[in-house]
Amino acid sequence: MTQTLAKHGWTLGLAALFAALLILTKMIQPDFGLSGLDSLGRAALPFAFATAAMTVVVLAGGIDLSVASMMAVASVTGARLMDGATETEAVWIVGFVLVVGLCMGAINGALIVFTRVPDIVVTLSMLFVWEGTALLILQGPEGGCAVWLTNLILGGLTLPLLPEGLTNWLPKSVVLVIVVLGVIWVPIRRSKLGLSIYAVGSDPLAAYRSGVSLGQTRIIAYALAGLLAALGGLSLTMSTGIGEPIPGPYLMASVAAVVLGGVALTGGKGGLMGPILAVFVLRLVRMDLTLLSVDPNVTTIIEGTIMVVVVMFGGLLALRGRIR
Amino acid sequence: MTQILPRSPLLNAQGVSKRFGAVAALKDASLSLAKGEIVALMGANGAGKSTLVKILTGALRHDNGQILIKGQDRRIGSPRAARRAGLVPVYQEPSLIPDLDVRDNLRLGDTPVEPFLHWVSELGLPDLRLDAMIGRLPLASLRILDLARAIAAEPDVLLLDEMTAALPADLVDRVLTVVRAQADAGRSVIYISHRFTEISTLCDRATVLRDGVTVGDLPIEPGIEERIVELMLGAGVASAAQSRPPKPRPAGQKPRLSVRGLAAGTKLTDVSFDLHAGEVLGVVALEGQGQDEVFDVLAGARKSLRGTVLVKGEPAHFAHPADAIAKGLTFVPGDRAHALLMQRSVRENIALPLLARLRNWGPIAMAAEGARVGAAIERLQIDTRAQGEVRRLSGGNQQKVTIARWVAKGVDTVLLFDPTRGIDVRTKRQIYDLVRDLADQGAAVLYYTSELAEIRLACDRAIVIFGGRVVDQIEASAASDAHLMRAAYGLTEKDRATEKDGATA
Repeated sequence: MTQTLAKHGWTLGLAALFAALLILTKMIQPDFGLSGLDSLGRAALPFAFATAAMTVVVLAGGIDLSVASMMAVASVTGARLMDGATETEAVWIVGFVLVVGLCMGAINGALIVFTRVPDIVVTLSMLFVWEGTALLILQGPEGGCAVWLTNLILGGLTLPLLPEGLTNWLPKSVVLVIVVLGVIWVPIRRSKLGLSIYAVGSDPLAAYRSGVSLGQTRIIAYALAGLLAALGGLSLTMSTGIGEPIPGPYLMASVAAVVLGGVALTGGKGGLMGPILAVFVLRLVRMDLTLLSVDPNVTTIIEGTIMVVVVMFGGLLALRGRIR
Repeated sequence: MTQILPRSPLLNAQGVSKRFGAVAALKDASLSLAKGEIVALMGANGAGKSTLVKILTGALRHDNGQILIKGQDRRIGSPRAARRAGLVPVYQEPSLIPDLDVRDNLRLGDTPVEPFLHWVSELGLPDLRLDAMIGRLPLASLRILDLARAIAAEPDVLLLDEMTAALPADLVDRVLTVVRAQADAGRSVIYISHRFTEISTLCDRATVLRDGVTVGDLPIEPGIEERIVELMLGAGVASAAQSRPPKPRPAGQKPRLSVRGLAAGTKLTDVSFDLHAGEVLGVVALEGQGQDEVFDVLAGARKSLRGTVLVKGEPAHFAHPADAIAKGLTFVPGDRAHALLMQRSVRENIALPLLARLRNWGPIAMAAEGARVGAAIERLQIDTRAQGEVRRLSGGNQQKVTIARWVAKGVDTVLLFDPTRGIDVRTKRQIYDLVRDLADQGAAVLYYTSELAEIRLACDRAIVIFGGRVVDQIEASAASDAHLMRAAYGLTEKDRATEKDGATA
């Protein structure tokens, strides 16, 4: 029991912080309710997928600077193809965009593994490559989006056979993040692939000696990141209804959430829950500061300060644990 | 259907060679292993043991030669392939993932849990929890887990590289018992260890490597240690290199550095010695006997567990490298890349420690610097290119720079860790001269070397460390390779113990 507590301590701490922030929000804005949660959920959606993508590569001991650009490619690909397409065709288009994401990630990974150029250099270069690709597909924010996709993240959850009041306080967007990430990550985490990702990030030599194929694992980790980034890009199109070729602020935000989520940038340590919670914490902080009509420039200062303080605090706790 | 003839080797490596660029790490290595046999693989530092191990376990590929496993020619491309071929190694350092728990580590390597737990408790760790994080377990436990994991995979050949180095005595006994039982059950074992006592109790045969060539393959029998030492040293034993006359030490002078009962980490248990001004004290030890820890502690890079260090008779405590430097102790690491600014010029590199002394936060006193550095460069004989980047120099010349900078600065105590590794003979001589210069300036020099002959060439006196303790002290002029080698394997201490027994009896 104490072991599990220690293992998930960071995540639980973040959950508590999030709950405290929700209460604070309710105090600032007494009529904060479903619509507030809904807009928070939709704002957090692309950040959550970008962070999930970053988390997977960081766990495997790497980093992917091209996350935001891959999201842009996925967003414009989806928007351009869905422009004028029927609702059923859109299903195939979603599948196609996800495959595109998987391929972009796999290309990143393969370049890193085969050229042996450091990951940070390769993905920095690919940031520009994917950015250009996105602009080739769409010159400006345009295109379309299937209605069922837009509805997927609009409003509260209603389930058949259950009274509406029981579930409709839960924004669909949040449920979507949880379900999609759960479906992708949980089976992987429990498989040998998941172990290999952690092993490669934790100690590559020991992993190699345990029979793990380093190159293969790294490529798969980057491909997964590409897939998750494509989901992020699709979620952008879903919430705006169009494609956006210019990458948004998702790169730095995802690194921030990874760090705040208790994942070691050196790899091998942490999980997906922490970073996703961190996304919501950071979004909620921003929302509260907006509600308090704080100067947007001060907002970023406060966000940065929170990150440093929380990570320092966590480091201090870890240090104390080690000394004892 | 293959008929296994009696005594037909399970593993047979013949004429294996491996080059790294211009260096031949292995020239003609052979090793054969019958079913149920335990063979010790022996060799001095740099003889090619670890290269051969890496080739057998798939971490390196050999250039020439043949490796037959159960009569089939195998090229082992990866650790996984080695495992498939029935060859499971236990490496010197733990190869478990620190951020995963025990259970996940087993899954990663497809190790069956039940037999693993059986062997863990058999090896003396009955209370192991499967959800324990590897990173939080002590080193000795990790070695046991590694071994249990290897045995649970039911290999044909078990390769144990310095398995017992980090273990306390009771666990060593357990390990030896289990390994013997494994051999009796028909598994073959390649056993690498620096401990002759373990080898004589456990092994059936010893294969000896020297300079990348298998020079002997002999059954273990009483008194075989001497023969093995001779084989490891080769023909050059008798040829005593020019040695230095013993230097008279002024009586009553306090030692510059005095170490008493030093212990650190798991390997260093009890080391004491005195180092005087103007003296070069050699340190001889096989790999991993605690010499790294001695140097780390004296350099302030590691905390000691026990023991005292006196500098000029006064107790000193180093919590940080800066403390050691403040007390006049200068550490020159074996890895040159750690000591030099590779992209800066030779001149700047030599001047760097000087600047620290000149306490110049402001403009650099070019004239003073220039004079000292110029003298140092002349002394160095790095011909020209003193303005060039250090990284363009050869390894030997880089090493000269690391030492010459301290000659230029003038220091109290220098700790040199294997300064001539991988350097050509001519440059080695120049390094010996530089070291002598340092000592003649009045510096005290502690000189670890992996090459026994250097004790006579560069040192006044030598201590031998084995199993974390000083087991011998020799005047350099009397230090023959054979004596040093026997001491390094802990054999002279036994002689002395028996002599003592004889005297008391």
